[in-house]
Amino acid sequence: MKYMLLITSAPIDSEQTGSQCTVEDWQVYDKEVKDAGIFVTGHSLADLTTATTVRVGPGGERSITTDGPFAETREVLGGYYVIDVPDLDVALDWAARCPGSRDGGSIVVRPIADFD
Amino acid sequence: MDEHVAVSVEAVFREERGRLLASLVRHFGDLDLAEEVTSDAIEAAVARWPVDGIPPKPGAWLLTTARRRAVDKLRRDKAYAAKLALLQVDAERAAPAAMAGDELPDDRLQLFFTCAHPALPAEDRTALTLRCLAGLTTPEVARAFLVPAATMAKRIVRAKKKIKEARIPFRVPGADELPHRLPGVLQVLYSIFTEGYAATRLDLAEEAIRLTRILHRLLPREREVTGLLALVLLVHARREARTENGELVLLGDQDRGRWDRTMIEEGLALVPIALTGTPGPYGVQAAIAALHDEAADVATTDWPQIVALYDVLRALIPSPVVELNRAAAIALRDGPPAGLALLDDLDEPRLREYHPYHAARADLLSRLGRHPEAADAYRRALELAGTEPEREYLRRRLATEQEHRS
Repeated sequence: MKYMLLITSAPIDSEQTGSQCTVEDWQVYDKEVKDAGIFVTGHSLADLTTATTVRVGPGGERSITTDGPFAETREVLGGYYVIDVPDLDVALDWAARCPGSRDGGSIVVRPIADFD
Repeated sequence: MDEHVAVSVEAVFREERGRLLASLVRHFGDLDLAEEVTSDAIEAAVARWPVDGIPPKPGAWLLTTARRRAVDKLRRDKAYAAKLALLQVDAERAAPAAMAGDELPDDRLQLFFTCAHPALPAEDRTALTLRCLAGLTTPEVARAFLVPAATMAKRIVRAKKKIKEARIPFRVPGADELPHRLPGVLQVLYSIFTEGYAATRLDLAEEAIRLTRILHRLLPREREVTGLLALVLLVHARREARTENGELVLLGDQDRGRWDRTMIEEGLALVPIALTGTPGPYGVQAAIAALHDEAADVATTDWPQIVALYDVLRALIPSPVVELNRAAAIALRDGPPAGLALLDDLDEPRLREYHPYHAARADLLSRLGRHPEAADAYRRALELAGTEPEREYLRRRLATEQEHRS
């Protein structure tokens, strides 16, 4: 069963320094996921300021917006993993071990839809 | 004869339905399929048993019948079957010796944990537990929650869909997880009990006790399960004295001769076990209930001990309701002024919307001869109070306070 772990960073305001996780924490976790043989895919996303949004209207007209003004108080999707594990409990365990679940961050665990 | 068989059939179903379902869920890993074939098997029993007589091993008969139905269904729906590991099912079917024993296997513990899984919304956990483990029909569950049957049906469908599609497992959490997961199961059972208790729905409270007994048999060493069973027994033992002519009777005014002594004895025997080691919140609440049940009247109740237990409880589960109950106990230990001062200091918005808070305040004000203020507090409680027996009680107290004024 495949689950996507959507990694959402904590809102960064002037009070908080944000995530306390180090690059090493992420490297360790990434290695654990791969060593466990459950890794399907996963990426870290570039900074939100680089994001661009596309919408197509009913007449086919394309509108392109950036996601600004990037208020630093909102939660932002920072990356994701897709893992293949037996059930939700195992997926939740892996989510809890992810550095992104700490320091105010959170992980949304969603099953990948199966249309077979 | 026929009637005798019909009654026995009912009794078997009451006892075995949850077991049967749990067993089938474990076996096929699918709650919908398990529910469907459980009903099929029971229908078959209703048709056959009055004619053929009750089989020597009714539970095993039901399980075999249900499994055959499930395998037939899976055969007809091959795509579905592929997902459910049909091979395993066939292998088990070829070896009926595995279920030749008298005992129907008991897989209900897994089902308790699935129904109370933290990934499900709290209201769905309770509904699923009543439906799958207590064997209530969807309209019965709906009545328990005072919601339309259609609403409850949707809720149950939604919960089952999440179990299936997110693959919430049917398993008992390991020893390392159990301390985090067991409170969720206990919370479901206790909320069914308190729902029944608040609404003076004895059937619902009894259902909660039945389920807690089952859980206690399955987890005899978990002290909080023992604590919860003790608590619900010790509280439920007062059921006959709790209302009089449709009016709520407070603990202090209850005719203690109408308390269920057998149930109290059963609960009292469990309390010391629940309190061994570091007691949990249910064990402590059971100990408080035990002190009430052992006392001949309010005057001779061990209030210092009850206050001490509330002190333990507020450290374990801080909540405004615990503070309220503690203040009421202090009023009985140290007198109404001490209790009233504590109540007035409880600066908690949720408590101000909770009618027992105003009722407790009103009672203390009345004892202090501050009748106009007591009347105001009873009026406030009446604006908020839920059930009719409670309202009936509050109306009478308000009328008494108003007489003082004139």
